[in-house]
Amino acid sequence: MQSCKPLVLALALALPATTFAGPLSGDKVKIGILTDMSGVYASVGGKGSVIAAQMAIADFGGKVLDKPIELVSADHQNKADIGVGKAREWFDTQGVDMVNDLLNSGVGIAVQKLGAEKKRITINNGAGSTALTGKECSPYGIHYAFDTYALAKGTATALMKQGLDSWYFLQADYAFGAALQGDASKIVAATGGKVLGTVKHPLSSTDFSSYLIQAQDSKAKVVGLANAGADFVNAVKQAKEFGLKQTIAGLLVFDSDVKALGLNAAQGMKFTTAYSWELNPEMEVFGKKFFAKAGFMPTMDHAGVYSSTLHYLNAVKAAGTDDADAVMKKMRETKVNDFFAKNGVIREDGRMVHDMYLVEVLKPSESKGAWDQLKLLATIPGEVAFKPLAGSECPLIKK
Amino acid sequence: MDIPLQAILSQALLGLNNGAFYALLSLGLAVIFGMLNVVNFAHGTFYMLGAFVALLGYNQLGWILGDESIYMSFWAALIVGPIVVGLLGVLIEKTMLSRLYKVDHLYGLLLTFGLALIFEGVLTNYFNVAGEPYNAKPEILEGAVNLGFMVFPKYRLFSIVLSLTVCFAIWYLIEKTKFGSHLRAGTENPDVTRAFGIDVPSLRTLTYFLGVALAGLAGVVAAPIYSVSPRMGSDLIIIVFAVVVIGGMGSIMGAILTGIALGLLEGLVKVFYPPLANTVIFIAMALVLLWRPSGLFGKEA
Repeated sequence: MQSCKPLVLALALALPATTFAGPLSGDKVKIGILTDMSGVYASVGGKGSVIAAQMAIADFGGKVLDKPIELVSADHQNKADIGVGKAREWFDTQGVDMVNDLLNSGVGIAVQKLGAEKKRITINNGAGSTALTGKECSPYGIHYAFDTYALAKGTATALMKQGLDSWYFLQADYAFGAALQGDASKIVAATGGKVLGTVKHPLSSTDFSSYLIQAQDSKAKVVGLANAGADFVNAVKQAKEFGLKQTIAGLLVFDSDVKALGLNAAQGMKFTTAYSWELNPEMEVFGKKFFAKAGFMPTMDHAGVYSSTLHYLNAVKAAGTDDADAVMKKMRETKVNDFFAKNGVIREDGRMVHDMYLVEVLKPSESKGAWDQLKLLATIPGEVAFKPLAGSECPLIKK
Repeated sequence: MDIPLQAILSQALLGLNNGAFYALLSLGLAVIFGMLNVVNFAHGTFYMLGAFVALLGYNQLGWILGDESIYMSFWAALIVGPIVVGLLGVLIEKTMLSRLYKVDHLYGLLLTFGLALIFEGVLTNYFNVAGEPYNAKPEILEGAVNLGFMVFPKYRLFSIVLSLTVCFAIWYLIEKTKFGSHLRAGTENPDVTRAFGIDVPSLRTLTYFLGVALAGLAGVVAAPIYSVSPRMGSDLIIIVFAVVVIGGMGSIMGAILTGIALGLLEGLVKVFYPPLANTVIFIAMALVLLWRPSGLFGKEA
């Protein structure tokens, strides 16, 4: 049996080496930012999201459990198949432990599904659809910055309180527009208002004048815009041009959209946001630091990417491993306390519950600089802002 | 369906507005194809660059010259925008396109498509896709007039009149003047034209300048209405191509009339069945091509 000795010895050495290789898979933590780098939502996320994640890693110290933290990024081009393909490659061959941003509900839902299958954590920041924590919820999926319910809830409730109780919607004709319009309509109806009609427009329309004239003819007090990005910007500009007297409610507005519109066209508009650098001194510190790196102020998506990446790294450190189950457990147990959220909680369905803010766009005369564009009207407590867990369609909590 | 006459009239006017705008953009494309046989895929990009010249002239000129009070007004942009964009076109024509006239049009198409991607990419990197507002709309064009059936912004009336005037002036220039006849002769039979002592290469450069400058002009006109963004060209270019194809590739009058007609058609569809609005142009294109493969005003191939 002389000849077997080396083999046995080798086995004896190899076994513990694989079992106790260290607490981290691949001996490092690898984070992937999957976002829209070139399309309609590139200014919402895009390279800003990569910068935000880099900042979070740097602020954490660049290392976790004495091992390096690596960052990779890719453009999903707003196509679910491309996003899933990239995420699969990351999970299967590159040892990516967590994917962040996602931006665009179609891509977000698809990648969250893949994450559930592969046991990897996915954090949606830029995507809006409440399906992410509803029908499509996952034990490894987190919906972090905002969702269509919270956005619609804050804005519609505030306007209803002012007696603006009849609404007409302009809706981007795809899943996200429908979700936003649906959520807002329910809130209007629940608080005693009326929805007089909806006109659907194709995604990326240039000319909104016809739709706006139809909204004007409806005599509704509020014209609700259930669209985003360039569609939203063009619709508001043209509403001003045609002298619409009605209140325009933007249901999903990013700081970058207000910048694109200019205060002249956007002044007086009220909307709900999860973050803006102007809301409080802590948010301002982050905003200015980000600005110094990026050359533009962060959107709520960028802020969410930073906060969630840091929260993830803290959880890895606390759990002593990057195993998805252990990290998710820690992330749920620990409250999020940073500039983005105070006592933020990740619920069972994956929803991160935190305060939202009702803001108003300044008049040009009130603005003191290029990015001075919003004022805070009210803070909406997390438990009011987000859809309650009771009645959720998430299969995980139907026990 | 019960739609009041008032709504139909107002949508028709809005449609005319878009139609005039499509005509202005398609015209340049038709001129370039008709005279040079180049499928100018960068047309949307030149349109976008026209808007950016106006924007930067208004926001940055003073900063560049070191005196914040200097800026380029909208009226100046209407002249400067097309010229700057046209000159860029000349540079491209002289250095790149002119080498491709002898080969298949596919090469011109690929070249201009590549240029479009490069310009869009560079500007996206600097300006972000959300774009920026252009606030130089002159005081006199602010506000709206009451036309009885609707309140119509003065600026839109101005843009209808301007677009149609320019379109018909260009048509007159090409179809009715001596310069125009040289231009047409230069494409149909370059060797004979050259024998008459006409400088064909310069004529071609001038034609490209003209076509591209028209796109630049459309960009300046669009800047106050839409946000100025690197993507504004690629959003429109497909519609503009459809207009030119329906009108008949290369037909000047075809591009103008089809542009207006499609604007009207699209406007009316927005009242009757809005989700179809972006598609109706392509349905029209398919139907026209089945019936007349060379387009409504195209010469039989």
